[in-house]
Amino acid sequence: MSGVSGAFWILLKRDLMLAFRHRGELANPLLFFLMIVTLFPLGVSPEPALLSRIAPGVIWIAALLAALFSLESLFRSDFDDGALEQMLLSPHPLPLLVLAKVLAHWLVSGLPMLLLAPLLGIFLAMSSSGIAALELTLAVGTPLLSLIGAIGVALTVGLRRGGVLLTLLIMPLYIPVLIFATNAVTAAAAGMPIAGQLYFLASLLALALSLAPLAIAAALRISVS
Amino acid sequence: MINPSAAPPSLAVVDLECIRGDNLLFAGLNFEIHVGQLVQIEGANGSGKTSLLRILAGLARPSAGEVLWRGLDIQRHRGVYCAEMVYLGHALGIKTELSAIENLKISLALAGVSADLDQLYDVLDRTGLRGREDLPTRKLSAGQKQRIALARMLVCPSALWIVDEPFTALDVDGVALMCRLLEEHVAKGAMAVLTSHQAVEVRADMVKVSLL
Amino acid sequence: MWLFFHKLASPKYFYDISGKFIPWLVALFLLTLAAGLYLGLVVAPPDYQQGDSYRIMFVHVPAAWMSMFIYTFMAVLSGINLIWNIKLADVMVRSSATLGASFTFVALVTGSLWGKPMWGTWWVWDARLTSELILLFLYLGYIALVSAVEDVRTAARAGGVLVLVGVGNIPIIHYSVEWWNTLHQGATVTKMGKPAIHITMLIPLLLMAVSFQVYYFAVVLMRARTEVLDRERRSAWVKEMFGG
Repeated sequence: MSGVSGAFWILLKRDLMLAFRHRGELANPLLFFLMIVTLFPLGVSPEPALLSRIAPGVIWIAALLAALFSLESLFRSDFDDGALEQMLLSPHPLPLLVLAKVLAHWLVSGLPMLLLAPLLGIFLAMSSSGIAALELTLAVGTPLLSLIGAIGVALTVGLRRGGVLLTLLIMPLYIPVLIFATNAVTAAAAGMPIAGQLYFLASLLALALSLAPLAIAAALRISVS
Repeated sequence: MINPSAAPPSLAVVDLECIRGDNLLFAGLNFEIHVGQLVQIEGANGSGKTSLLRILAGLARPSAGEVLWRGLDIQRHRGVYCAEMVYLGHALGIKTELSAIENLKISLALAGVSADLDQLYDVLDRTGLRGREDLPTRKLSAGQKQRIALARMLVCPSALWIVDEPFTALDVDGVALMCRLLEEHVAKGAMAVLTSHQAVEVRADMVKVSLL
Repeated sequence: MWLFFHKLASPKYFYDISGKFIPWLVALFLLTLAAGLYLGLVVAPPDYQQGDSYRIMFVHVPAAWMSMFIYTFMAVLSGINLIWNIKLADVMVRSSATLGASFTFVALVTGSLWGKPMWGTWWVWDARLTSELILLFLYLGYIALVSAVEDVRTAARAGGVLVLVGVGNIPIIHYSVEWWNTLHQGATVTKMGKPAIHITMLIPLLLMAVSFQVYYFAVVLMRARTEVLDRERRSAWVKEMFGG
């Protein structure tokens, strides 16, 4: 196994392996996601009609925050132990290597959110059609969050306190995802078609898949220098 | 590695200048390294040795000037350069959760080199890590981790080594090993650049570059 | 042409030539500002619907235009800096950011002041105001990032990537906010300055726009000159100038 695909797979495998060896930390973003959502019935009102109305926004905002929270560590350990330098010095195209890391991150943080979301939907009294739409939007949207967020992480990885800054840099870029995803869920709950919103999200994902790795790679080279 | 360009391997530094924050570390630095040469960068603490090596490796950018590999700018022809250069910095690039063997496999894949398992065990044996190949590296000492990094340099065939302070964590045997490896590497027709506080005489004809 | 840019990119040449431009720019700014204000506040008739309150448009609209222009301009300069490594481009970007943020802030404040008589409330989640607010966040993000990175050159490059990513996202953000707005508000909110505008109002508006533009260039050049001096303080020409 050699060449570019070899490097891609071995990096993906390595990151999954590392995540698996820190099993305890795996659940943290997920718990964060769960707890933010739990706060809303307590803080706003447990009334089902109201909850089901705000549910798409609540779950999606929690997903945004959980994504940011988990993304922060995307390049952190690699930066600290020098693995990032070695990655930058690989003769393989950096955007592809970066994509492997983002994919690994999504598999351990985005995918579990997808699995947990139906439960949260039930907590917030969502209809089954709403939950189905929520799953669809999360399936397309969470990879987007990982890709866009990784740009911010790459820009701030060299800084001591990058966490709050990361939020400041990335949140505005998350707005289109938030708008279209929550709207699709709301529309689906009202029995309206949501193909348009999904196509829009999918085209954003295609755009991000092709451009974000380039930006992440450029940002990493700058942060490491 | 096949040579992608006709020019023989050589590293040239042209009018290099480095400013970090408010300090001018060095300016107008010029030197060349050819096959079979070993260069030691000398200078006091904070004189910019590490910065220079990071620029040579293509990790950092100089404020002015350029670094040429086979006559080509390394920032523009990164692929060519990275395939022939191995860099070992202060951070070793070792994942402490993984074993020495796993670390080596990843480094090889990143470098685009294939090697079989026997070769990896053999190299780890040479760097004095026999019997510790499959332990998570966090259980190893700092010196032993450094030896894994040495093993990485050995398995990835390269024309140029750039090594920052290779002797820091090593014991007496380790220093001797490092010196021997450097000597062998240079004798094979490759080249090396290193920084070190210690006055190590690897070879009498070692080129020295001083930073003020 | 290339030679001119090459020369312009040299800090000393830039310092000298911009010094000659600034007085003219300031004069032009004051002239257009005075003319624009006079025509806008005195000559132009009151609006038949909004009375005199529409006159805030003469500040609001040019400020909003500038907020978008400056971000785009920063993106172009950042691209130049990242590709050709021209120091001057990043000096200009850095000097532009706070100005851009200020214009955005002015646009937001005047927008909300305008909103009070029109909508009866200080803030409405109108598509334009929301977009403008997000643009302010983008500016603030840039400023925060650049001031967090210690090394000036690294900061410029990192900021450059951020601005380029941001400029790519602005149309998407703008489109989604428009779309979101039509869903939630319908057409109840009056669009600002959308209907055909009378010539007596258009002229002061354009004058004010020119005036803001010139103001921006004058101030950005002043700031850039200071920044250039600061960055080049080790060079011979700066030392010579200050007799050091």
